[in-house]
Amino acid sequence: MDYLDKLESRTIFIIREAYHEFKNIAMLWSIGKDSTSLLWMVRKAFFGKIPFPIVHIDTSYKIPEIYSFRDKYAKEWGLNLIISRNEEAIKNGVSPDKGRFECCTALKTGALKQAIKKYGFKALLLGIRRDEHGIRAKERYFSPRNQDFLWDYKNQPPELWDQFKSGSDDNSHIRVHPLLHWTELDIWKYVQRENIPITDLYFAKNGKRYRSLGCLPCCSLIESNASNVKEVVEELKTTRIAERSGRAQDKERAYMMQKLRSLGYMIIF
Amino acid sequence: MEKENMNLVIVGHIDHGKSTLIGRLLFDTNSLPDGKIQELKKTCKELGHNLEFAFVMDSLQEEVEQGMTIDTAQTFFKTSKRDYTIIDAPGHKEFVKNMITGASQAETAILIIDVNEGVKEQTKRHAYILSMLGIKQLIVVLNKMDLVDYNEKKFNEVKTIISNFLDSLKIKPLYFIPIVAKDGDNVAKASNKMKWYSGKTLLQGLDSFHVAESLTNRSLRLPVQDVYEIDGKPVLVGNIESGKLKPGEEVMILPSNKAVKINSIESFLTDKKEAEAGESIGITLNQFIFVKRGDVICKKDDLAVVADRFSANILWMSNNKISVNEKIILKLATQKTECIIEKIKQKIDSSSLELLEENAKELKEMEIGKVIIKTLKPVVIEKFNDVPGLGRFVLTQNSEICAGGIIV
Repeated sequence: MDYLDKLESRTIFIIREAYHEFKNIAMLWSIGKDSTSLLWMVRKAFFGKIPFPIVHIDTSYKIPEIYSFRDKYAKEWGLNLIISRNEEAIKNGVSPDKGRFECCTALKTGALKQAIKKYGFKALLLGIRRDEHGIRAKERYFSPRNQDFLWDYKNQPPELWDQFKSGSDDNSHIRVHPLLHWTELDIWKYVQRENIPITDLYFAKNGKRYRSLGCLPCCSLIESNASNVKEVVEELKTTRIAERSGRAQDKERAYMMQKLRSLGYMIIF
Repeated sequence: MEKENMNLVIVGHIDHGKSTLIGRLLFDTNSLPDGKIQELKKTCKELGHNLEFAFVMDSLQEEVEQGMTIDTAQTFFKTSKRDYTIIDAPGHKEFVKNMITGASQAETAILIIDVNEGVKEQTKRHAYILSMLGIKQLIVVLNKMDLVDYNEKKFNEVKTIISNFLDSLKIKPLYFIPIVAKDGDNVAKASNKMKWYSGKTLLQGLDSFHVAESLTNRSLRLPVQDVYEIDGKPVLVGNIESGKLKPGEEVMILPSNKAVKINSIESFLTDKKEAEAGESIGITLNQFIFVKRGDVICKKDDLAVVADRFSANILWMSNNKISVNEKIILKLATQKTECIIEKIKQKIDSSSLELLEENAKELKEMEIGKVIIKTLKPVVIEKFNDVPGLGRFVLTQNSEICAGGIIV
């Protein structure tokens, strides 16, 4: 087994543990490179027949290419796709100009809460990685949330070896993070090896590309000439710039991500 | 050729310098992203602190404000030899659960000791936890050598004390290194203030660790994780703990002792003809028999032990105490059964390893028990040193992990 095989096997093990423990489970797919890689491994874990829905939280501010990519592969891979939008907030004109934090809370956290309530999910698979951000470095593979979506990050249950938190109390759900041990570079090497389809927003046009995908108004391009997966891998081997430097959300306040996460929203698309 | 990767945990008593050492390792290996130091300076200024490397790892608001690591965290650095995942474990007694969570993911460790303060409570407790987790590759660093004027005698004094303690745990550290984490002495570069020390720097020491040996050449042990129905046939899935397998081989399903043949290795998007330790796979059998999660697949002539009573060392981590004969859940690989602690032969203080009581009636938080466990259903087990995955377990109450243990 090589290094990527080991990462993949651990991820598949965790996906299967989560499905064993929680039949009413779903995966959040942001269409970005991480959750698309996770989706790839979910397909492998269940031999192409995923026994649960895939949820896309749609803020309505996504970059247009994301929608076409989503619809193409949802069909090709036979996904049971649930699209969740906080229609009321969108109708009321919630937008980043009126405060990024409020916008994320309504359009991401709000839409996610609605989906969990409507479908009664007890667990969610998410494609977050420890190397993305200092706060994420502290996540567990199985991370409980209470009914208010709060993450009690100061008092997390222990995880030993391959034994994780099981069950959940009536009003809470568990976030499961099968990619926690992967780095950004690992993901791109895996995308390259497995030939995973990835939206071309990640590849440079006219000297610029997205390194991390989110909503159109809050995501900026980075300077880059990496125009395919191989070139992205090469670029990342030498970069000294943090992955999320193009994400407005992180810069606003030093602890905004921590606040957002403890409010229940963990992926920043 | 791909570079190797190694998981490394840094443990030790609170304020002995774990987080500072990690900040130093990241800085000296050029692993901090651009802007990180500026961002830290700004944050520290806002909070009225001086810039300290320790804050590189402490991301929770409370951690930066209190200058103390609360939860375990991971970060990455590389040397020319390999890539390291570095696990920062909190040193405060209150956060031992977080420490053990981090350390259980590691294959190697650094034990850090403030040479001026010497060996303290968490130094010993963390060393015990490393031995319980089976982490054999260890470097001891004696930090804050500047506070003792870089004195060799002081270094040797503390070295002798910790060395004797580790001996009692059967741990033989590869090196004892005098360092100053905040200034970088003997971390990446040899110190010019301790000419009396001619051994390796910490980075050289780390690079001389060996990556854990694969368990492929040991006996086949495949705990069944689940059974899926794929295209009308049952597929058994699981992660191979040790050994290897291929279609056509005769295997036995434990604990029920059913003999059967492997028909195929199922895979999606790849084609697999054989599988080895560490792989998460799916297989079909040549005949339909009832197999369930928790069963363990072995080669027919090379079986694991099936028992409903075994000796183990456990560390109790919950603030609810546990009494002899109290019902509790045992989870071992994918097996789960009710059990009781039938006997606590010895109760031991995890911070001093002193024997507290023989034939004890209960265990409290942070006490070690040498115990006999009696399970309701038979379990498939191995000695921890032979197949770690079947030689270690947790005890849970209300779905929370309360204890970790190894079979002896």
